[in-house]
Amino acid sequence: MNDQNPILTARQLSKHYSVSRGFMRGHFSVKALNNVSFELARGKTLAVVGESGCGKSTLARQLTLVEEPSAGHLTIDGIDIATAGAAALKTLRPKVQMVFQSPYASLNPRKQIGTMLAEPLLLNTPLDAKEREERVRAIMTTVGLRPEHYHRYPHMFSGGQRQRIAIARAMILNPQIVVADEPTSALDVSIQAQILNLFMDLQQEFNTAYVFVSHNLAVVEHVADDVMVMYFGSTVEYGPKDRIYSRPLHPYTRALMSATPAIRAEDRREKVKLIGELPSPLNPPSGCTFHTRCPFANDHCKQKVPELRSLDGRLIACHRVEEITP
Amino acid sequence: MTTPVQSANTAVAPEMAAASYSYPSPLAEFWASFRANRGASAALVFMAFMVIAALFAPWLAPHDPIEQHRDILLLSPAWTAQGQWSFLLGTDELGRDILSRLMHGARVSMTIGLVSVVLSLLPGIVLGLVSAFYPKAVGTAIMRAMDIMMALPSLLLAVAIVAVLGPGLTNTMIAIAVVSLPSYVRLTRASAMSELGRDYVIAARLAGAGKLRLMFNTVLPNCMAPVIVQATLGFSSAILDAAALGFLGLGAQPPLPEWGTMLASARDYIESAWWVVTMPGITILFNVVALNLMGDGLRDALDPKLKKLA
Repeated sequence: MNDQNPILTARQLSKHYSVSRGFMRGHFSVKALNNVSFELARGKTLAVVGESGCGKSTLARQLTLVEEPSAGHLTIDGIDIATAGAAALKTLRPKVQMVFQSPYASLNPRKQIGTMLAEPLLLNTPLDAKEREERVRAIMTTVGLRPEHYHRYPHMFSGGQRQRIAIARAMILNPQIVVADEPTSALDVSIQAQILNLFMDLQQEFNTAYVFVSHNLAVVEHVADDVMVMYFGSTVEYGPKDRIYSRPLHPYTRALMSATPAIRAEDRREKVKLIGELPSPLNPPSGCTFHTRCPFANDHCKQKVPELRSLDGRLIACHRVEEITP
Repeated sequence: MTTPVQSANTAVAPEMAAASYSYPSPLAEFWASFRANRGASAALVFMAFMVIAALFAPWLAPHDPIEQHRDILLLSPAWTAQGQWSFLLGTDELGRDILSRLMHGARVSMTIGLVSVVLSLLPGIVLGLVSAFYPKAVGTAIMRAMDIMMALPSLLLAVAIVAVLGPGLTNTMIAIAVVSLPSYVRLTRASAMSELGRDYVIAARLAGAGKLRLMFNTVLPNCMAPVIVQATLGFSSAILDAAALGFLGLGAQPPLPEWGTMLASARDYIESAWWVVTMPGITILFNVVALNLMGDGLRDALDPKLKKLA
């Protein structure tokens, strides 16, 4: 397959959950993910940024094929998962792996590390027990675990070591895509940098593409090639990291950026303060979903949904971006 | 092609030898942590005695369990004033040696407990896991059926089942198994549901695990703790339920020695001959306590978090 092709393409990806309103009252449809489109090149990192409840984790679940999207197309390595048969999906499965937010919940407490890491090999490769053990020991060395950890149980490890185990489990099948759902947010700050560097070393070694879900903009700046900012299940700004970090345009991106603390005074940005919370997904606002909290919103924003359009090397969904940009 | 493989093998071999040196096999590890639990070890020794007494009852028992010594009805135990040393625990209202009856009864009662627990535990776990993994139609159907079974008084349901199947020991065990099924289903389902929401289950799915592997390899080991405790409690209640059915004439039929039946038939003599009711009562009590201790030890030994570092 051509290396120029993106490994992952999402087109108008949507996920709607049906929520019961109570006995005999029918169902609400909650739009957790709304027409999200992006491309991921081999060996690159896309960071998905947004506050809690904006649909980041829902997106991660669609990408890892844990859930089926309600609408839209997801193409992984040239195969559209909506039309692919069960056999094609089975070959696709090992190509997309995931690292979870909490390493305390993502490791089976009853399994030794060696057994746990060998499980993907057992299920997806024809290797015998000895070859599996060799592969497991090799990947353990790669992620910085010691050989004597092989027979230990997850509860004997610290958070950082557990996340290393989770990364080893995700990488052992040499996946082309790894979806990392806030992989450092449950760790100490001192450990976060180690884990991020491990991610980046592995990317260089195996040319893996990452979808890096995070709300920590400092972390994103460290790892990302492209950044997608999400709000309320939709993309509000999507483009190369340098563009977005040097000149955030969407009022929501600007608010997020200004909320990141900076040590040096010259790095501090002009504060854009947001008030209130995400609107209730059961009762979504009309027009631009951000108008309830946007300091620049006018009547037009309340009525018309902004389309994503190209501006200054990125895609942005805002009616008034030209007027409000300083 | 052979040489690199062989050199790799020789390179791996000492490493693996070192690993097996510092980490015992799972069985050895399990045994070590079970032995570290004193209550469980004592219970295991007690149960070993009971099993030996049951297995070798025809040779160990001092008398025939159904032979009636008509001249010494209700003889008190040997250490009392009227006792005789040939009847260590005394005789019952028909002059049968209580010790011999208890030893022979152990065969019947322990079979009842074991068989009815296994008969309800295995289908209970399977039904519970299925209803947790398919919560919509199948799960709801299973749980409503279990609710109906729980709504009926358990003894009444057991009587009804035995009445349909016909009285006898086998049917008693089946009836007790059916009656205690809902508690295993509910327990397994509840803990499986809470485990299913955890990330490691999704991780196993991403690794390519199918439904069966998820059920029995990934989720089940994590929800065994309450089920094991329930199973040890179920053993004792099975013995007592079997006694209740025997008392109604539906379980073990009279000359057959069975602890529950012995207890039930002795209630007329509680005031005049205390040993007739006390001996089987104490036997049941000790068995139940020992089993519960063993269950606790089993649960702890199977939980890696409670094991000592190897």
